[in-house]
Amino acid sequence: MDALFAVMQAATLALILALLYRPLGDYMARLYTSDRDWKFERGLYRLIGVDPRSEQSWPAYLRGVLAFSVVGLLFVYVLQRAQAVLPYSLGLPAVPEGLSFNTAASFVANTNWQSYSPELTMGYTVQLAGLAVQNFVSAAVGIAVAVALVRGFARRNSGTIGNFWVDLFRGAFRLLLPLSVIGAIVLLIGGVVQNFNGFTEVTTLAGNTQNLPGGPVASQEVIKLLGTNGGGFFNANSAHPFENPTAWTSLFQNVLMLAIPFALPRTFGRMVGSNKQGYAILAVMATLYLISLFALSALESGGNGTAPELAGGALEGKEARFGIFGSTLFGTTSTLTSTGAVNSMHDSFTALGGMMPMLNMMLGEVAPGGVGSGLYGMLVLAIIAVFIAGLLVGRTPEYLGKKIGPREIKLASLYILVTPTLVLVGTALSFAIPGIREDVESVSIWNPGIHGMSEVLYAFTSASNNNGSAFAGLTANTPWFNTALGVAMLLGRFIPIVLVLALAGSLAAQDKVPATAGTLPTHRPQFVGLLVGVTVIVTALTYFPVLTLGPLAEGLN
Amino acid sequence: MSSTRTAVRTHWVAVRAMLIFTAVLGVAYTLVVTGIGQVVLPAQANGSVVRSGDEVVGSALIGQSFTDASGEPLPEWFQPRPSAAGDGYGGGASSGSNQGPENADLIAAIEERKAQVAEFNGVSEADVPADAVTASASGLDPHISPEYALLQVARVADERGLPESEVRELVESRIQARDLGYLGEPTVNVLQLNLALSELG
Repeated sequence: MDALFAVMQAATLALILALLYRPLGDYMARLYTSDRDWKFERGLYRLIGVDPRSEQSWPAYLRGVLAFSVVGLLFVYVLQRAQAVLPYSLGLPAVPEGLSFNTAASFVANTNWQSYSPELTMGYTVQLAGLAVQNFVSAAVGIAVAVALVRGFARRNSGTIGNFWVDLFRGAFRLLLPLSVIGAIVLLIGGVVQNFNGFTEVTTLAGNTQNLPGGPVASQEVIKLLGTNGGGFFNANSAHPFENPTAWTSLFQNVLMLAIPFALPRTFGRMVGSNKQGYAILAVMATLYLISLFALSALESGGNGTAPELAGGALEGKEARFGIFGSTLFGTTSTLTSTGAVNSMHDSFTALGGMMPMLNMMLGEVAPGGVGSGLYGMLVLAIIAVFIAGLLVGRTPEYLGKKIGPREIKLASLYILVTPTLVLVGTALSFAIPGIREDVESVSIWNPGIHGMSEVLYAFTSASNNNGSAFAGLTANTPWFNTALGVAMLLGRFIPIVLVLALAGSLAAQDKVPATAGTLPTHRPQFVGLLVGVTVIVTALTYFPVLTLGPLAEGLN
Repeated sequence: MSSTRTAVRTHWVAVRAMLIFTAVLGVAYTLVVTGIGQVVLPAQANGSVVRSGDEVVGSALIGQSFTDASGEPLPEWFQPRPSAAGDGYGGGASSGSNQGPENADLIAAIEERKAQVAEFNGVSEADVPADAVTASASGLDPHISPEYALLQVARVADERGLPESEVRELVESRIQARDLGYLGEPTVNVLQLNLALSELG
């Protein structure tokens, strides 16, 4: 019976996403290809001083991305440091330097790793003017970069890949903002709070006192999910009843996380002039998603491990209203996108169950991935896949009529090396540097033994892949983790963006080669299978050794 | 020189763009949603508060403890799940235990809770459901499973001098089915159950 309800819940989610695929994907394709600006947009472009009709080369586009992100970083940093003098700060002091850096890096990099407990650290002004704004704009940046790459495939003999400022404003104002208003109202109906009340002290039924929190939660909650950001208004994130009150709001939150990433393949198909290419990418994403969801659900329902077996089920760190499947569904969605929100505590998952969110992130968050970043990550893997296929049959690889030459392969290869390097080096340094090792072991790690190593591995996996979820027992608010994870988040976000935009520029400059009998068709099940295989094998080869030191060792013990 | 000028210009564009975004997405958007919430859905927007008579006693969405001053569970009330939020159901400190499946402290805590719940309710340890001995993710879980609620009926009825059948009926009437019949799990809201119980006498 439970299995039937689980299948029905997953089927409901799939149906909603299927209904959204074409209208939302087509809407985004029109949004990013139209040359008509709305009147208020023309005013805004005049205000910031850009010509919306001027096209940018890839270095110019990149300069826009980087300048905007640097400014965002400074904004969020300064807001936190000035918290003591800001209104609606709930009497909270300025956020310390190290934590301010980590948080600013985290929200600008669309990661939303939180080294802090929001209730005790962030007042309302920082939350809405700093964090919520980055939730919108970092998401819009991600989609813009993906669209720029798609233009690279779509254009021929072109020196330009679009205009960053136009893509940014349209993504924020025409896509994310209207969907957020609708989503916020739905969440409000479900019981998510939206006020400026601060904490209200009440006398409980049994005569104790309890502080009920308030805050502008619904407005921030919706963009936290829609923009695959994941930073909770409260410490417990989407497990907190004021963020996610019911089983149906939890399903709705899954829809919010997946809507844009799963519709972007349609946008891609539209823009390159073949919807079938979009369906192929969608099929790869959906296949990986379903396998992962099944594995995590089976492992958590199985409830192996000393504590879950003793309790009679893996319910530690799970909410009664969601149950096991409501928790595994959310956990899978959150870590296969770059969201990192949680409605259950991954640190308390069974040993092998806890490995699944890690594996999801290690796949590079491409099934379907973060808004924009999922699509560009998958397209890079598609380039690797056609290259491997080309080696097998001894022909020059091409994808969507573009020759995949040495330059393209170099950029794609560098792309898939960035995050594994950050994850493995970061984790290794945490245990290799003598002074830091003691600090990590005595202060940061919460669970003793092998599981403690998994906490550190999870943290660097999450930060480098811009996810933001955690094995949250880890005390990350230390100089080492605030700095190292902050750097990992920035490099894990922006090095891939540099490479993707360079790739976009190089593809756009090419002419299209006509398809011949020797061209590998990239819209057939054969290619879907190849791309699934490449994604899994690249991840497995990279991470298998370190997983044997952590969750595999714990789970198979 | 010209590249420096370009860089400065680009950053100046970025600053102005960020100011616009802060005004629209940070301030205006938040205020619009707050306005809609406060005007159209004030009960939800303000935390779904629950009253006993005229007094606010909590939120229907946030679990609370039913313990005495020293933290011992009060037998006349239905008990919620264990909580890792502050000292237990701390509204400003939402959190799970984050203890892993092989954590010795967690294993010891589950053993202890199992024995306590069994003794408290006069049942065998084998009958204690999993949610009764595990802390939730938020530490503020307002619900327990119907099994755990029904397990507590005899004790609560006995303490209050009520017929067991009456308390059982009350619990059964308070079981919330899965959303739409298949989403999530069936639950019992502890605060609302206890509120109804206090009205019973």
